[in-house]
Amino acid sequence: MSTELDCDVAVIGAGPAGLAAATALRQAGVNRVLVFEREPEAGGIPRHCAHPPYGVREYGRLMTGPRYARRNVAAAEAAGVDIRTRHTVVALHPGGGLDLATPDGALRVTARRVLLTTGARETPRSARLISGDRPVGVINTATLQSALYLEHFKPFEAPVIVGTELVSLSAVMSCRRAGIRPVAVIEPNPRPTARWPLTLFPRLCGIPVHLNTTLAGIAGRQRVEGVQLAGPDGSLSTLACDGVLLTGRFTSESSLARLAPHLAVDTASSGPVVDQYGRCSDPAYYAAGNVLRPIETAGWSWREGRAVAGFIAADLAYDLPGPDELVPVRVASPVKYCVPQRLVRSARPGLAELQLRVTEPVRGTLTVSDGTRPLWRASGAFLPERRIRIPLGDPAFLRAPALDIGFESPP
Amino acid sequence: MESRGERSEGLYDVAVIGGGVVGCAVARRFTLEGARVVLLEKAPDILAGASKGNSAILHTGFDAPEGSLELACMQAGYTEYRAIHESLNLPLLTTGAIVAAWNEHDEAELDAIVARAHANGVDNVRRIDRAEVLAREPQLNPAVRGGVLVPDEHVIDPWSAPLAYLTQAMANGAEVRRDCEVTGGAFDGAAWQLDTSRGRIAAAQVINCAGLYGDVVEQRLLGEAHMQIRPRKGQFVVFDKAAAALVDHILLPVPQPRTKGVVVTRTAYGNVLVGPTAEEQDDREHARVDHDTLEALIAAGAERLPALADMPVTAVYAGLRPATEDKEYRIRHEPARHWLTLGGVRSTGLTAALGIAAHAYALYREYVEHQPLASPVTPWVPNIAEHRPRDWQAAGYGEIVCHCELVTRREIEAALASSLPPGDIGGLKRRTRACMGRCQGFYCGARVAQIAGDALATPLSTGAAHEH
Repeated sequence: MSTELDCDVAVIGAGPAGLAAATALRQAGVNRVLVFEREPEAGGIPRHCAHPPYGVREYGRLMTGPRYARRNVAAAEAAGVDIRTRHTVVALHPGGGLDLATPDGALRVTARRVLLTTGARETPRSARLISGDRPVGVINTATLQSALYLEHFKPFEAPVIVGTELVSLSAVMSCRRAGIRPVAVIEPNPRPTARWPLTLFPRLCGIPVHLNTTLAGIAGRQRVEGVQLAGPDGSLSTLACDGVLLTGRFTSESSLARLAPHLAVDTASSGPVVDQYGRCSDPAYYAAGNVLRPIETAGWSWREGRAVAGFIAADLAYDLPGPDELVPVRVASPVKYCVPQRLVRSARPGLAELQLRVTEPVRGTLTVSDGTRPLWRASGAFLPERRIRIPLGDPAFLRAPALDIGFESPP
Repeated sequence: MESRGERSEGLYDVAVIGGGVVGCAVARRFTLEGARVVLLEKAPDILAGASKGNSAILHTGFDAPEGSLELACMQAGYTEYRAIHESLNLPLLTTGAIVAAWNEHDEAELDAIVARAHANGVDNVRRIDRAEVLAREPQLNPAVRGGVLVPDEHVIDPWSAPLAYLTQAMANGAEVRRDCEVTGGAFDGAAWQLDTSRGRIAAAQVINCAGLYGDVVEQRLLGEAHMQIRPRKGQFVVFDKAAAALVDHILLPVPQPRTKGVVVTRTAYGNVLVGPTAEEQDDREHARVDHDTLEALIAAGAERLPALADMPVTAVYAGLRPATEDKEYRIRHEPARHWLTLGGVRSTGLTAALGIAAHAYALYREYVEHQPLASPVTPWVPNIAEHRPRDWQAAGYGEIVCHCELVTRREIEAALASSLPPGDIGGLKRRTRACMGRCQGFYCGARVAQIAGDALATPLSTGAAHEH
């Protein structure tokens, strides 16, 4: 037997993007705004990032993750948002119907609009296709942090940390605070992914950093006993450790959309296909935050949530152009993805920028073309996992039959 | 013929060595027939060896060697599984299978495959042309040239089935000792005195179901082995649940002159599985996965089912099959020494186990008679198959702990409190599916470890975390 519930907007996921959007929707006068969170507590990933910096632009002060999470929850509740924890959305239906599992039984929700803010997660060992044994102790950063800060145990004492993204440095900080002593940080690329001077942090902690080094294998029968590393010249070496921490390589948590035939998913970004209003291929659905693309900061996701909330409020007031005439945005390697993936031919402002990433370090001229001539270009050096933004607003973008984004071939 | 009717205190009728699918099925059969059974498993949990990684297919035996014991056991096992699965709450995902032909060589083999199937008594196997293959599997690479339809080849849950067999054995009096390795022993003319890592155990009859260690057990107890296990590794790739919409039937390869080729199949847990490889190795302990091999498997899957290329990988694993120098099952029956080895059971073991157990009992009954249980208990095992009602669909589950696989706290606690609780984290995963999904524990790994930590042999935790 299933209970039924109606609302104006159902937000799926109570992380920074979802809570900011729900708050903004209420502030924009939308009446019934529900947030469904599958965890026992709202707040999202910042709940277990026990270190700053969070909240500077949103609340004008430096906060730890848990404090920031609580602040977002409090703001939403103060605005009259109905947050339902331990509510798991299990299916998305065309037009805004949701099936949920709750501890009290099945729930069927009919929403005028649905906002997906389900965030992103790190790629686990399996999907990285890492060779070797499969012992206990190979985990991602979020598992480490939830072990330390929510469940209060250490998953290892002396791990190897794989990756040098921002989250990797967060992992080093978490290890340090818990008395865990990483034996090395390894990075397959010739340089760290995060920005200098943050990347000095592991070395300052006395942890060796090996660049141009990949994880060639994991060894251990029950628990991790060591790893095999492949160095710059391909030479193999072994390193004793009792855990492997796989950091970064985020992928969007878009499985609900993948299981919904009415929602197109972009295999490049790993998130749902959206237009400049954050609207999905089923116009009752919107998406914001890291489900759109891996990965941005909590603050970025928060602002994006608020922006898309504004478009949803306009849509509910019949004040948003329909998705009738669309300009597809196409990318060519080494551009990894572009969000949004399509633009409605309308002058009504939406998200301010196209968001891009590249798959490898590249120096050259990035261009946006309408198929015959360049509409925008920028030269420089572009690095993987760094934000690349192309401003939207040039009306020529909207006149193009399609937009092609790529690097000009060298002369 | 001797009599073993009278039971002395502490003497078991039968000691089953090995808690794989064959050992579990044998423990069940002999218990139901009235024997007092103890099952000895050296690992912290059952299904720690060959039985934990397979392709989870309930085979008809359509392509098995004609007249073989393997075929007979598969067909008996198939029939018994279908007869008992509902009473034990075990799933049957009815898919049927298509043997797909991708080139001239494949196509030339199809008639022989049908002929073999008919000779094996699987009469509804028939050739289908390219149009029918594609009508049945619209997402298949249109380069397919034709195929053979095997309507009764289906998918089952490879972990719950043996668990159910052993749970039923236990509910009817069988005992299970885990972390219990048989290190030696002697036959005194009436019974075996087995030395184990947990002390001495006496049993009239030994049934060696030690899988990858079948020859080692013979060596230790008989002084020589009648077979040599040569582990054959199979690597597998599991794709996201979204991929399950891409394929209906089990897609079987036409056996190649050298390799068997990969299977593409849905799983009982709602994913798509591609594998296995067949790699000979000496190591019986380590079933390592290999990056390049996994990539080749993904490519092979995408070659058959092009949309798989866009599907995320959920999990990868490797299993070891206890192959020997001979293709046929290796049975060593020595009534004089009260010994029976059920060895060399490879990928058909999941299907054949119930049949192997019945065969074993038929051999044993020639010289020992028990009184079958008049009204055996038939316990239900919790369902973890995706196509049948799951625990999260019923109110009162407390919390969903594993979000990817929708595993509830109630399920985890039930597994921990069951008559055969998991002995390690792998055992918990196999009983509940916790941490088996696309995030592989990113969200729930710490929570699961906290709930189950004290109960497991190798917990994730290395100690309490204190803020510094």
